Amino acid sequence: MTKILSTSKIIQTLKQELPGLEISGNESWVTVNANQINKVSRILKNSDGLDFSYLNAITAVDYIEYFQIIYHLTSMRNNYSCVIKVRCDGRTNLELPSVIDVWKGADLQEREIWDLMGIKFSGHPNLKRILLWEGFDGHPLRKDYLG
Amino acid sequence: MNTLRTEPITINLGPQHPSTHGVFRLRVTFDGEEIVDLEPVFGYLHRGTEKLAETRNYTQIITLTDRMDYVASMSNNLAYVRTVESLANISVPERAQYIRVICAELQRIASHLMATGFLLNDLGALATPLVYCFREREKILDLFEMLCGARITLSYMRPGGVFQDAPEEFWHALNTTVTDLPHFFDEIESLISTNEIVLARTRGVGILTDEQAIANSVSGPNLRAARVKWDLRKSNTYEVYDRLKFDIPIGHEGDTYDRYLVRILEMRESVKIIAQCVEQIDTGPIRSNTPFFIRPPAGEAYEAIEGPKGELGFYMVSDGGVAPYRCKVRAPSFLNLTPLKEMITGWKMGDLITILGSIDIVLGEVDR
Repeated sequence: MTKILSTSKIIQTLKQELPGLEISGNESWVTVNANQINKVSRILKNSDGLDFSYLNAITAVDYIEYFQIIYHLTSMRNNYSCVIKVRCDGRTNLELPSVIDVWKGADLQEREIWDLMGIKFSGHPNLKRILLWEGFDGHPLRKDYLG
Repeated sequence: MNTLRTEPITINLGPQHPSTHGVFRLRVTFDGEEIVDLEPVFGYLHRGTEKLAETRNYTQIITLTDRMDYVASMSNNLAYVRTVESLANISVPERAQYIRVICAELQRIASHLMATGFLLNDLGALATPLVYCFREREKILDLFEMLCGARITLSYMRPGGVFQDAPEEFWHALNTTVTDLPHFFDEIESLISTNEIVLARTRGVGILTDEQAIANSVSGPNLRAARVKWDLRKSNTYEVYDRLKFDIPIGHEGDTYDRYLVRILEMRESVKIIAQCVEQIDTGPIRSNTPFFIRPPAGEAYEAIEGPKGELGFYMVSDGGVAPYRCKVRAPSFLNLTPLKEMITGWKMGDLITILGSIDIVLGEVDR
């Protein structure tokens, strides 16, 4: 049975490796600062006690005042999972570091989030629309998009 | 001396091409016969399922999930209702859990039969193995028809159980099908597994290593063919899978042949699972008392099952209303296409078709 790794352990490891990181969490997820997600993901993947080598999914949710990006991760070796969240404030010119150099599986999912939610991922080598065509007006999964 | 000069040429494969298994387009660049670059173009079947789900209630969304992976509707239903149950804390009676497992495994067999049939079609074994596979799949669709009247877009599962109990004739027909299927697997294996042409075309072709598979978020039979023993039915067991005995078949080197063979072996395991379910199932209610309009408390849930194509997950956010605030689908076919370029670059046109066929994508799920 896949266990949810206790978030206090994740927070402890991240604080040790990245002093000064803005981090908080409850029993189900860890919230980190958006600008440091790339560094955080590197530690989550490579640190011995964590070993999150598999990226299950990246999701974006529009909460009107801000966007939330959710990373679902699994460690296949230790059979436990975790949820990392970041927050993107505002509605225009949203940008977030890409995690594609850590998990290649982020490629299509980050393109999908750019296409449907309008959040850019800096460092992504091919950030184009994926499900809609180039030149499409707007980002349909946003709450203020009225088809 | 260099008299023969070649220059790269770009060819469009699809969107209307029988071997892309739907409306999928690839821009392939060749240098002579060799593929040097490849760009998949998605979106020809994009219907905005995730947006549509935000304006429908939790029971209505079941019909939307049917239309994603349209050759495995039962699995989509199961992943979806499990997420709603987790979101709204709904319990499921034991009999319903057994029926769900039987349906999910029948659907896995039906989906793998299509994958195997079309892979052989792509290899040039025109129609014969495909029709054999379809003949067997037809029997499974007949079983589904007995359960709910539909054959493809089933909408059979509900949050809290299933739509109705299985009729008496279903169990007789299920017994016959489960007894017959292993003979069919023997037959198709004797035709294909040692066939010289199949071996020459698939052995060592389109290798996906275990590191590549994990890094690229590949799941399902494609991941297991790459020697990674990872199956959510075991590692994150759900419904009644913890009471059933079955193995997880894995491949040797992650080539096209392994992906074919893992599917055949998985179908054999599925038959074992169904036989055990029929033995263990007891009478009882098939649905807990769940209202049509479900109002889950504000919160979020991610639930994933081992679908025929891989990890099929739903992430849902509720704001306490009758419709979800956000409904995201983790579509296995979509993510299994991430390493496509790595797998295909360096091979030739004919190999492209077989490698793509062995990944087993359904465009309804890729584009959603």
